[in-house]
Amino acid sequence: MSQPINPLRKYIREGKLPHFFCPGCGCGQILNAFLQACDELSVDPSRMVIIGGVGCTARIPVYLKGDVLHGVHGRTLAWATGIKLHKPQTKVVIFAGDGDVASIGGNHLIHAARRNLDVLVVVANNFNYAMTGGQVAPMTPSQVRTMTTPFGNPEPSFDICELVVTAGATYVAREATGRPVQLERTLKKALTHEGFALVEVLSQCPTNYGRYALRSGDPAVTLKWIMDRCITKAQADKLSKEEKAGKFVLGEFVDFKRPIFCGSSVYDLESCECCE
Amino acid sequence: MATSTTERAQRVLTGTHFMLGNYAVVEGALAAGCDFFAGYPITPANEISERMSQRLPAVGGKFLQGEDELCSIYALSGASLAGAKAMTATASAGYNYMQEGIGYAVAVEAPIVIVDVQRCRGENFASQADVMQMKWGPSGDHELIVLAPSSVQELFDFTIRAFNLAEEFRNPVIIMSETTIALMRERLVIPPAEEIEIVNRRYTSLPPDKYLPFKANEEYGVPDFAPLGEGYGAIYSLNPHSEEGSIDWNPDVFEQLYKRITGKVTQHRDKICKTQAFKMDDADVALIAYGSEVRPCMDAMEMARADGIKVGVLKLDTVWPVPEEQIIQVANHVKLAITVEMNIGKYTREVERLCCAKCRTAVATKNRGLVHFPEEVYAVIKEVWR
Repeated sequence: MSQPINPLRKYIREGKLPHFFCPGCGCGQILNAFLQACDELSVDPSRMVIIGGVGCTARIPVYLKGDVLHGVHGRTLAWATGIKLHKPQTKVVIFAGDGDVASIGGNHLIHAARRNLDVLVVVANNFNYAMTGGQVAPMTPSQVRTMTTPFGNPEPSFDICELVVTAGATYVAREATGRPVQLERTLKKALTHEGFALVEVLSQCPTNYGRYALRSGDPAVTLKWIMDRCITKAQADKLSKEEKAGKFVLGEFVDFKRPIFCGSSVYDLESCECCE
Repeated sequence: MATSTTERAQRVLTGTHFMLGNYAVVEGALAAGCDFFAGYPITPANEISERMSQRLPAVGGKFLQGEDELCSIYALSGASLAGAKAMTATASAGYNYMQEGIGYAVAVEAPIVIVDVQRCRGENFASQADVMQMKWGPSGDHELIVLAPSSVQELFDFTIRAFNLAEEFRNPVIIMSETTIALMRERLVIPPAEEIEIVNRRYTSLPPDKYLPFKANEEYGVPDFAPLGEGYGAIYSLNPHSEEGSIDWNPDVFEQLYKRITGKVTQHRDKICKTQAFKMDDADVALIAYGSEVRPCMDAMEMARADGIKVGVLKLDTVWPVPEEQIIQVANHVKLAITVEMNIGKYTREVERLCCAKCRTAVATKNRGLVHFPEEVYAVIKEVWR
C-alpha cells in the first residue's frame, strides 16, 4: 500500500526529513503555510534565496530547496541588503525568530524597513528564546515567567509590527498559527508585495514557553493561550488603549507602495565635487 | 586625481598621480574589479567610503553606507555570494565589530576584502597594535590572508592583490593599513589596465543537481562557485557542513571541512607569502618590519652601514600567514634579528619562534602613537649589537 505524498514535499530538500522541531511546534505550520502560499502563487521557492539566522525559526530555510544562508544571529537583513543590491531580481525571504530579528538584529530591521528593502520577513513570534532553552525575549509579555525571569518579566514587550510600520515598512501584518487559512492568505499577499514586507506569526512553543510560562508542555495549551488573546484589527479599532492591553491584534496594518531601495546608482557626474 | 567627467567613469586611472593613501585603495579596488562596497563612517578610513560613493556608481557598482559595521560585513558576504567583488573599509574599533562576519565568510568561503586602517584606542594616532587581531579576531579555526602595505603605491598594488587572493582562495583578505600611510599623499603610478593582472573566482560548469558547494576542485583545492539565486540550491551555513552544504554533526565531516578551509591557505604559502629583502646578502643584523615601520628601518639601515654595522631589512608584505620560510632563511644567515613594530611587541613572538636557536632576537617597540624615528631604531641596533 503506497502512502500518499504531500504535494508540497517537492519543495523540501531531499533526505532532510524528519525535521528537528519539537512535537507541537509552530514552525512546521509556518513552513507549511509558506509552501502552500508559494504553490498557489506558482512561485518556486527553489529559485529564491531563503535566509535564517540562529534559532528554531532560523532552521526553517534549511529544509527548503533553494539557496540558503544560515547560522549567524541577527544578521539576516544585512545579508539580504548585500544580495538585493548586487542582484535586485533575486527573491529574498527571511525566516526569523523574535529574538533574532527584534533583539540582536533590531538595528538591521529598522533600517531595512526605513530603506524599503525588497524582502519578505516572516517573524515567528514564540515569545521566548526557544533554542537556547526558554529565556526572556523582547517580545515576551510583561510579568511572564521564563528561565531568566523566574519572578516574572519586569520589562514591557515589543510590538514589532508597530515598530516597522513606524520605520517605514510597506506591508505589515500579524497572524497566528491558529488561523492557517488567514495565515496562508497573508503570506500570499506578502510574497507578491514589492518592498519591505513583514509578517509576524504568533507561534506556539510548548517545550519552553509552554512549560515555563504556562506550566504545561501540551501544545494545545500554548495555542489556546495565544488564540484567547487574539482580536482582529476590526475589533481592535473599536476598543480603547486600555481595553487592548494584553491583546494580540491580527490583520494587516499597512499595505502601500513607495520606491524600493537599490543602493546609490543614480548620480550626476557633473555635480559631484566631493572628492576633488 | 580624477577630476574630469570622463576620468570619473573609468575604472583604471592610468597615469602618474600625487594621491592620498585612502584614495589609492579605492583606485586599486576599482582596477581589481570591485563592484560592491559597504562601509560605516569611521576615522581615519572615511576617505575610502567617500571616494567609493562617488567612483563606484560611476562604473556600475553599488555603494552602501550600512547602519553599522555588522551590516557592512554581512552585506559583503551576501553580495559576494551573489557574485560581487566586495570590499569594506574600517578602522580598529570598527574591525572589532566585523569579527563575526569575517568568521562567517571564512566558513562559507566568501571572497571579501577588508581594509583596516589601524588607529590608537579611539584616537587617530599611528599604531600597529592590531597585528594579532588582524588574524586572530574571529572565533573558530580559520586562516586569514593579511597584507601590509608601506606606501601609497603599495596601498594601490596590494589592494589589487587582495582581491586576486580573495577570489583565488575564496577567503577573506585583509589590507592592514595604518593612519600614517592612509592619510599620506605620495606619488602613485597606475599602469594601463591591460597590464594589471586580474584573478576571478572559478565558476562551476556543473548543473545544479550535480553541484556540491563545498566540494573542493581537485586541481585547485578550492570549491568552484555558483552564485545565489540561480537555482543551485546551496546552503551557506556557519554551522559544520558537508560538501553539499547541509548542517552535519559528524566529527569527521567537521574535521575534514576545516582541514580543507585552513589548508587551502597554509598549503599555498609560496604563492601568498611575499617579502622584500634589502641588503640582506652580507647582513649580520636583520631588521624585520611591516607596514609604515619599514620606512624608518630603511634609514636606520643606512645609518648603521655608514658606521660599519652590516644591517639589512626584511620587509613583510604578507604578515599572515607568517612568511615562515623567508624568516627562517634570514635567521640562518644573520647573527641578530630585530623586529621593529609600533605596539608593545606582538609580531616579534612569531619571529622569535622561527629564529629560535638560529640567531639572537630582539625587538624595537614603540607604542605612543608615533612611528619610530630612524635614530630610535638605530639606537636599538647599537644597544643590542655588541
